[in-house]
Amino acid sequence: MEEKLSFEYAPAPESRAIVSIKPKYGHFIGGKFVLGTKHFPTINPATEEVLSQIALAGKADVDAAVKAARKAYTTTWSKMSGKERGKYLFRIARIMQERSREFAVLETLDNGKPIRESRDVDVPLAAAHFFYHAGWADKLEYAGLGTTPKSHGVAGQIIPWNFPLLMLAWKVAPALAAGNTVVLKPAETTSLTALLFAEVCQQAELPAGVVNIVTGDGSTGALIVNHPGIDKIAFTGSTEVGKLIARAVAPTNKSVTLELGGKAANIIFEDAAIDEAVEGIVNGIFFNQGHVCCAGSRLILQESVADEVLQKLKNRMAAIRVGDPMDKNTDLGAINSKEQLLKIRELSAAGDLEGAQRWSAPCDLPGKGFWFAPTIFTGVTQAHRIAREEIFGPVLSVLTFRTPQEAIDKANNTPFGLSAGIWSEKGSKVLWATQQLRAGVIWANTFNKFDPTSPFGGYKESGWGREGGRHGLSAYLKGVSHE
Amino acid sequence: MSYYGLVDGTEASLKKYLASLSGVDQVGADARAAMLATRSIKAASKRWAIDTAISMVDLTTLEGADTPGKVQALCSKAVRPDPTDSSVPSVGAVCVYNDMVGIARTHLDLIGGEHVGVAAVSTAFPSGRASMPVKIQDTQDAIDAGASEIDMVIDRGAFLSGRYIEVFDEIVKIREVCGDKAHLKVIFETGELVTYDNVRKASFLAMAAGAHFIKTSTGKVAPAATAPVVLVMLEAVRDFYAMTKVRIGVKPAGGIRNTKDAIKQLVLVNETAGPEWLKPSLFRIGASALLNDLLMQRMKMDDGYYASPQYVTID
Repeated sequence: MEEKLSFEYAPAPESRAIVSIKPKYGHFIGGKFVLGTKHFPTINPATEEVLSQIALAGKADVDAAVKAARKAYTTTWSKMSGKERGKYLFRIARIMQERSREFAVLETLDNGKPIRESRDVDVPLAAAHFFYHAGWADKLEYAGLGTTPKSHGVAGQIIPWNFPLLMLAWKVAPALAAGNTVVLKPAETTSLTALLFAEVCQQAELPAGVVNIVTGDGSTGALIVNHPGIDKIAFTGSTEVGKLIARAVAPTNKSVTLELGGKAANIIFEDAAIDEAVEGIVNGIFFNQGHVCCAGSRLILQESVADEVLQKLKNRMAAIRVGDPMDKNTDLGAINSKEQLLKIRELSAAGDLEGAQRWSAPCDLPGKGFWFAPTIFTGVTQAHRIAREEIFGPVLSVLTFRTPQEAIDKANNTPFGLSAGIWSEKGSKVLWATQQLRAGVIWANTFNKFDPTSPFGGYKESGWGREGGRHGLSAYLKGVSHE
Repeated sequence: MSYYGLVDGTEASLKKYLASLSGVDQVGADARAAMLATRSIKAASKRWAIDTAISMVDLTTLEGADTPGKVQALCSKAVRPDPTDSSVPSVGAVCVYNDMVGIARTHLDLIGGEHVGVAAVSTAFPSGRASMPVKIQDTQDAIDAGASEIDMVIDRGAFLSGRYIEVFDEIVKIREVCGDKAHLKVIFETGELVTYDNVRKASFLAMAAGAHFIKTSTGKVAPAATAPVVLVMLEAVRDFYAMTKVRIGVKPAGGIRNTKDAIKQLVLVNETAGPEWLKPSLFRIGASALLNDLLMQRMKMDDGYYASPQYVTID
């Protein structure tokens, strides 16, 4: 047999036949799909193909959604026993599992993330959030928040484009379990899975108006934030918009949780398990194209192992499979939008200008769509923009340190504080570093691990409040204090 | 005697060398292996993988009931796995007990199988519980009978009690016996070493002692060639190449029974050690039942349907 040294994987595309995308969508208000007035296109960022026309909600639509949510709250949902509410949540969770392939394919088409991630991470975790909170619905008095915790009323929820369905689950599941009704706005570029979720609500026979979904851009979001009929705002997105929301709700009675940006330090000590640390670096920054608020975007590397780790990291990056997100073997998909691609290019160019050394994995990028090769910058210092600003793309800034304290000082020297990673085989060092780091989520010898039972949220400019676990639940209950 | 100048033969230098290795995080290694198991290998790449896997099989019979007739049948199968299709490559080697080596070599040569190696399990396989002179004689017998590959077992008792230098010295001595007549595969029995840290340590120890191949298991102990164990060994040969510019081979054995498992092994190789390792001189799969499943999958790709098992030969 002739020896051929190449093992080229033939294309293994997931079929899109399972989803049927309508040419035009409206809003989901009061249990029904209603027509929109103005529309804008939503595209597949991997091909720039127009997938559908999405309605842009104006004042009348948001008013109608809030009114439907209020009616459902007063007449049905707040009067229903927790046990009954829980049944609906369990039903939604099961339907999401049954239709998981449909959700995964649609998410990948609309968002650009690899099918492997939407199939193995986004959709199963979203269902898990509903299962977890379904369990809480009839046990609220045991959540440690007093004997009679009360819901807020109508929650206005605005979610980002990086994990469209998963962020919906993070918002809707606890709100419903706690007895609130919701008006949710998906991100402008990724509305399709939220609209499929609306179908799931119908299929689960969720009472009309408990979940309302209005689509649109920032102007729709502002209408929700400023609406007098809304009792609680929950937002996940940029720190810039988070600050606007905080200002807007400050003079009101609205309660608010914000989950904002990050610039997480991923600290590799010299006594780390190096191969797994390299995997953790890759998973930290290249998972979901780096469109992750808690991405490990600053690699803080002990000088004594820096050369070895960087060499291994480059070798590993060369094996990352970039391309068609629908291919089951793709590791890194498309950048979600042209706007985001331009932002990543702008900040990377700033890295070049400021004297950091750029290295990108050799890979062929498709001609159409929005793409950025996995990239690292070495020689980065704290004074570089790429060490301070959130790039929200597959770009890693590498800094080095000499002593453990220096690593902590650099890690904490940021206006953000969402997450951090520590890699060391020495338990005492891990525990010490965990106590020093000012970040809401700290992973030891792993990265980007999520679970509905675990509270998630930030320090400083990374946000207010927590999502997930008992802490996250408390944000949807009144008369109890939360961070 | 030692190789590549990594260890000078003293216990102190061996300890220093082993202490320089980084640890393996079990959770992370398991996760990486599980992720690579999701690769979807289709069409032309699957066809290539099946033929490559066939050429990497060490077709094995290691039973107390082995007879010359059984071994000769195995040799025929090794040379022409599918007698009706000459495009099917021969396997890498046949793997037999010591006393069957001469029979296997003679029969292979008789039927045009000069290119198929004979691997002998050696050093008091599978337990390794014998004196050093016995182990040396065992190996010498196999080589004299025509073995081109020696699959030795390490003394797991010595390894687990920290007497690494004894394990090292044994490998060095057996390598000396092999000389330039036979390739040396060193079997760790990873199911008895248990931890991935131990697997990594054993890998580096064996490579510095002169192993040509490192091999997971005897096939007599479960678990055997699990994906994370093979991953850790592939990382070890990759790192050893970075240190020495010498490529050491890897042989998973035990538990790889169907085409899917074999293709997963090739994916592990491709994305861990790299495509340079995707050849029989650097990667072997110790197996018996696997070969027939590879043949049936190959027929299915050609014909579009699954044939009855009667269309592939039993050993």
